[in-house]
Amino acid sequence: MKRVYFDYQAGSPVDSRVFEAMTPYFGIMFGNPSSTHGLGQEAKTAIEDARMKVASLIGARKKEEIIFTSGATESNNLALIGTAQRNKEKGDGIVTSTIEHISILNICKYLARQGFKVKHVPVDSYGLVDPTSVEKTISEKTILVSIMHANGEIGTIEPIAEIGRIAHAHGAAFHVDAVAAAGKIPVDVVGDKIDLLSLSSNDLYGPKGVGALYVNEGTRMAPILIGGGQERGLRSGTENVPAIIGMGRAAEIAAQEMGDESARLARLRDRLHAGIAKEIPYSYLNGHPAARLPNNLSMRFSYIEGESLVLSLDMEGIAVSSGSACSSKTLEPSHVLRAIGLAHQEAHGSLLFSLGRWNSDDDVDQVLSVLPSIVGRLRRMSPLTPKDLQV
Amino acid sequence: MYSEEVMDHFRNPRNVGEIPDADGVGTVGNPVCGDMMTVYIKVQDNRIADIKFKTFGCGAAVATSSMVTELAKGKTLEEAVKITRSDVAEHLGGLPPIKMHCSNLAANALHSAIEDYLKRKGSK
Repeated sequence: MKRVYFDYQAGSPVDSRVFEAMTPYFGIMFGNPSSTHGLGQEAKTAIEDARMKVASLIGARKKEEIIFTSGATESNNLALIGTAQRNKEKGDGIVTSTIEHISILNICKYLARQGFKVKHVPVDSYGLVDPTSVEKTISEKTILVSIMHANGEIGTIEPIAEIGRIAHAHGAAFHVDAVAAAGKIPVDVVGDKIDLLSLSSNDLYGPKGVGALYVNEGTRMAPILIGGGQERGLRSGTENVPAIIGMGRAAEIAAQEMGDESARLARLRDRLHAGIAKEIPYSYLNGHPAARLPNNLSMRFSYIEGESLVLSLDMEGIAVSSGSACSSKTLEPSHVLRAIGLAHQEAHGSLLFSLGRWNSDDDVDQVLSVLPSIVGRLRRMSPLTPKDLQV
Repeated sequence: MYSEEVMDHFRNPRNVGEIPDADGVGTVGNPVCGDMMTVYIKVQDNRIADIKFKTFGCGAAVATSSMVTELAKGKTLEEAVKITRSDVAEHLGGLPPIKMHCSNLAANALHSAIEDYLKRKGSK
């Protein structure tokens, strides 16, 4: 059975070009970038080259504004906790949204326990943050606004330029979680006046366990990891050289290929969407119909539950994710699907197809050839299905 | 994540459907929680002569529903009310801990169907 992978949001393979770039740094190029000798300096030169490539992907002016971390979660921790600690004399307000990644939401809970005042702005039924509600929520005590560039679960792209303008008008720093967006749509830290921006390597087809935080040179930050003062003192610890080299190469490929690749994925995604909408009644798109990532398709199917869908597709060799409680550790359905106003049972019946570099028309065909009968089978089994759909 | 028995019952659930002239019907759970099931029974000579189910829920919810109908079919009512949630889980080769509570409702649905039958019988 041919395996079909539509879960790139959860994990991606490392591109062979990336792997090739990394390999020497596990072996002959093993030097510590802090060392004075040649081996150390060669490693130093290589990570500075990687830093330049990551800076270039997001339009940063200086490569020194890129801080390498262990991944998106650490980047988000450094951005939020580092800013909050460093600016607590200035104020205690943090503004974020209800559809941020779970790491942002949990860091905000942690900061609230430390005494910071966290406010969550709502989103509309497409998952869009309304800049006017940021304007209403922000105050002179606000030190940080954190809004994602695009949501990985429903694909909606947020109006970050406008939100950044509001943050700066009130003297707050602006953090953007661009993990889902980078490499899929253009990211421009200068044009959008972003102070802090989180990136993950694996979402760019680089290795897991490495990420980056863009820190605008004028932004006041405290480190959260204390040690030998690497990465401008903001992230101590000997650099994970092979992983950083991999992330650099991955960023370089993403920058070169994004235009064509995003158009290709959007075409496959639209074919998948149209096919599902045509063949399966009572199936609906989650997220914004136009302002959306090219690689994301989130759909919900009335009367059935997501984990059953995921298991059934898996039996056909197709890997996808669901927004169902039953696939989570908390038994709660996705907070994003709840935040856009879906009832619990609608959120439970959602599937996320996240497309990536190795998907083809064949993959779309394979899903379309089995999904209608899977949905039909589960609907015939469900006590919620209306009689006229049971045939 | 799931045992082979769970996957077998999810893939080929036994006794799916409705019994239009059922003697007892039991529904437990709630779509809000992600799991809801209805069990239909037909009783003859104090035995469960026929049993069918309909389930909205995850793999464990479907498999436990299917298993409970297999365990109950042909049993006397006294035997059937003694089927517990842990019996169902055990016959399925165990369930992931997080599913033991939320998705293992099938025995309750069976008990509720038997209760409904006894209530109908009592009021006749």
